[in-house]
Amino acid sequence: MSLADQVGQTQILLVFGFFGGKVRGGRKSIKHGRNISCGKCAFHSELLLKLQMESNPKALALVRAAVERAAEVLNFQEQESRGIVRSVDEALANIIRHAYGGKAGCPIEVTCRHLHSTRDGGCVNGIEVVLRDSGVRADPAKMKGRPLNEIRPGGLGLHFMRQCMDEVEFSRKKGKNQLRMVKYVAPAATAAAPGGE
Amino acid sequence: MQIAARFIKEWTILDVSGDIDLSHSPAMRKALLGEIKEKHTPRVFLNLKNVRYIDSSGIASLVEGLKASRDLGSRLILYGMNNSVREVMQLSRLQKIFEIYDDEEQALGS
Repeated sequence: MSLADQVGQTQILLVFGFFGGKVRGGRKSIKHGRNISCGKCAFHSELLLKLQMESNPKALALVRAAVERAAEVLNFQEQESRGIVRSVDEALANIIRHAYGGKAGCPIEVTCRHLHSTRDGGCVNGIEVVLRDSGVRADPAKMKGRPLNEIRPGGLGLHFMRQCMDEVEFSRKKGKNQLRMVKYVAPAATAAAPGGE
Repeated sequence: MQIAARFIKEWTILDVSGDIDLSHSPAMRKALLGEIKEKHTPRVFLNLKNVRYIDSSGIASLVEGLKASRDLGSRLILYGMNNSVREVMQLSRLQKIFEIYDDEEQALGS
């Protein structure tokens, strides 16, 4: 069975990009790029991929494939790429199951950006993935996952995200849930990443 | 995802292929619990050799199957995991909870 057959009527709007440019004199943004701060240093970011999808579990395979490719473009090692893909997949599953209560056809937006910065004489690269939904307000205080010493089904998705990503932040903006996850490229692979020279 | 069943002695081997994600884990759960709880199969082998991806809902189905098999005194045996599936088992700290073997020969000989 082909992927198209599996996905059926599911539709995903994709926007690809490698936009942006060098940031000079602390300008807030140039063209499609933008500056963000991790608290320690400023990053410039470029849009890699933007997906607009509906809350349909059958769409998850397509999103995994797209995010995997985005991670490969940034020269993440295989294990790290799998972690990024896993985190996005689990986050989307949580949105479908909890924010939308399993209801199909509700909007979800996934944005992947390439982060890069120079720090301590070296170059830091990473991927930022932001997921937005209009579902039930997520309460970060209640998102703890289950203790791993308990052998029972469920409660693992958030644990996977926190294990695989360097930053995981929940917020509520303009009436939407927003989940921001960041993974930095391991130093050995950074030199070869786009924009990493 | 696709599931096919093979039978050896009174045992069942479930050959699973594809991705076990939110879309497909209910089918695997049904197949697994059907063998364990309804057919009372004494040994259920899950061949994961052709599984590319498993998410937390798939892991939850495996845990449910394991609990059912323990309750009924049967065995659930996994084999053929690739790196992706192994990583998920390790992240879940379940690799020592399940009976896991490298390949079918080892699993059947256990």
